[in-house]
Amino acid sequence: MKNLVATLALVAPLAFAAEEPVRLDAAQIDPRDVASLQSGARTFINYCLNCHSAGLMRYSKLLDLGLTEQQIKDNLLFTADKVGELMNVSLTKKDSKEWFGATPPDLSVIARARGADWLYTYLRSFYRDPESPTGWNNMVYDRVGMPHVLWTLSGQQVQVEQEFKSEEQAEAVGRQQRGTWKVERVLSTEAGRTAERYVLKTIRTQTPGQLSQIDYDILVRDLVNYMTWMSEPNQVVRKQTGYAVLLMMLVLLVVSYLLYKEFWKDVH
Amino acid sequence: MAAAEKQAVTGAGPFNGVLTWIDQRFPLVETWRAHLSEYYAPKNFNFWYYFGSLALLVLVIQIVTGIFLTMNYKPDAAQAFASVEYIMREVPWGWWVRYMHSTGASAFFICVYLHMFRGLLYGSYRKPRELLWIFGMLIFLSLMAEAFFGYLLPWGQMSYWGAQVIVNLFDAIPIVGPSLAIWIRGDFVVSDATLNRFFAFHVIAVPLVLLLLVGAHLLALHEVGSNNPDGVEIKKAKDPKTGRPLDGIPFHPYYTVKDAFGAVVFLSVFSIIVFFAPEVGGYFLEHNNFIPADPLKTPPHIAPVWYFTPYYSILRATTEEFVFWGLTPAVVGFAGLVIWSVRDTAARVSVAVVAALLLLGLFTLDAKVWGVVLMGVSVMVFFFLPWLDRSPVKSIRYKGPITKITLALFVIAFFVLGYLGTQTVTEGRTLAAQIGTGVYFLFFFLMPWYSKMDKCRPEPERVTGK
Repeated sequence: MKNLVATLALVAPLAFAAEEPVRLDAAQIDPRDVASLQSGARTFINYCLNCHSAGLMRYSKLLDLGLTEQQIKDNLLFTADKVGELMNVSLTKKDSKEWFGATPPDLSVIARARGADWLYTYLRSFYRDPESPTGWNNMVYDRVGMPHVLWTLSGQQVQVEQEFKSEEQAEAVGRQQRGTWKVERVLSTEAGRTAERYVLKTIRTQTPGQLSQIDYDILVRDLVNYMTWMSEPNQVVRKQTGYAVLLMMLVLLVVSYLLYKEFWKDVH
Repeated sequence: MAAAEKQAVTGAGPFNGVLTWIDQRFPLVETWRAHLSEYYAPKNFNFWYYFGSLALLVLVIQIVTGIFLTMNYKPDAAQAFASVEYIMREVPWGWWVRYMHSTGASAFFICVYLHMFRGLLYGSYRKPRELLWIFGMLIFLSLMAEAFFGYLLPWGQMSYWGAQVIVNLFDAIPIVGPSLAIWIRGDFVVSDATLNRFFAFHVIAVPLVLLLLVGAHLLALHEVGSNNPDGVEIKKAKDPKTGRPLDGIPFHPYYTVKDAFGAVVFLSVFSIIVFFAPEVGGYFLEHNNFIPADPLKTPPHIAPVWYFTPYYSILRATTEEFVFWGLTPAVVGFAGLVIWSVRDTAARVSVAVVAALLLLGLFTLDAKVWGVVLMGVSVMVFFFLPWLDRSPVKSIRYKGPITKITLALFVIAFFVLGYLGTQTVTEGRTLAAQIGTGVYFLFFFLMPWYSKMDKCRPEPERVTGK
């Protein structure tokens, strides 16, 4: 029995090793940080909400972020007339399919499907690729149909490849990168001999944008924070309610336990 | 008149009159006594005995939250996904109702699995409780159907492709399979027609069956009486004067207050999940299910929700190699074992014939068919437990080392299969799933022999307390 457990325990982690080449950076998001959410909402509406819809989200929900109706009307209401309307876009599915090869997905709940870390890493991993139709490619999502919409802010990046003899060496250098990196195993043939090589792929800024790398990271953090909040706008209320419910449960726990003990006194 | 002969209800204060009026027209007092105040349950129930009443509590939660969800949900392929998000965002407290329902689905299986495990521990399926166990297994089957139909309704990618995979299993049945799969879906692929019929099954057909079976389960329980951790019958030792079991206590108030405490503990854990981690890391609500169903885009990795993963693992473990190296020797070996241990010639011949037919099938039919068969058997085999277990004692407390080890191995295999079912397939994982599948089935199929040869200790005359 012990042997079986040991074998199974060994098999499971080994099987893991081959997945997910890009390590996702942790998005330090906080759905209670209203300033960050407001900033994210601005970026989202200005940059994303042209091709992508958020058709399950109403503008009026932004009131929860401390904005007034007038502020929303004046600054954020580009795709609708009334704050009660949904965040739809006028781009048709047919057109977008023709232009990008795929319809940009609705982003209402994308953060729940992809996860905050994935979005955070993805939005910081675009690089110039002359072979791609849009001129852009992405380290996280190879040959993605989406061009790098935030490029004026982030500047233009290119992919850099460095070859190493060992995987450890390649990963050690990779870990020192601020941006995204991944290591790929290749077989290189030199003078008739085939050898294993490890290629570290990173991105480097070629032309700087309006923002420094740190400021761009913060902008993306805020954007992802907003998208995560938008995927479940009631999440803060949910947790607050949870504390009240647990407090009540604690009271019930004591009462029901004492009741149980009182009745069971005479059972021997 | 019979009504006039009944005694007036006392002890209810101002309600005595009303209750007497009702009791003369309806078996109120009689029912109350038979099922609550004078239903004698063993006094030595332990932790494992909470999960029956908790499963009932979850059933109530599911029905009540389900009613409210139905008020806002749209069973329409074009609107289903958005209507669920409408509930989550715009219906007042809709998120709470929906999370209760989605968490309740998993909680239902947790309670039922623990409830079944209790039965395994203490031999609760043994005579005279065979029918009680069978009703319980039918509840389990209905629950699986209920969960399967319900999972399509949010109309996310996992809903859609999960249903596609499961309905396609029927496709594997020789000859009638393909037509059967189309008949179930009502279309060539999972579509609006499928969603509508699954909705009908989920909100009315299966719940009705479920409620009926729960009623039958409770009636059967109250007919034969509850088992207990010692596995001895409390009805054997009765007070000669009152005729009440000496080790029994009235269900009400003793177990109603105890179960109420258990319910509060359960609801506390339940609330922690509902309010703080409703997705449970993608196990209760899968990440991919937040992407609307797309019939043209197959997700690279389709995994059912955790409660189906052990059986899904068994399905995937059944490769051609497994049929040849695993199933074929297993059929030969098992047939040999039965023929060797059974005296009756007719039984021996019929076992040999069945084994020969199975072998013929193993060599001619596709491995996929056997995967479906094994998956089916892995669930159905529980029905036969009352007859597979031939131990002289009921409870694990008095059973010998072999039973304890086999049960432990079975639990490990169940968890390993469950884990592997959530993961993508690799060579190593398939091998692990095949080993797990072997252990899973050996636990049941060898039970008639090992349960009998195991060195058990004698059962006590009376229950031993906690």
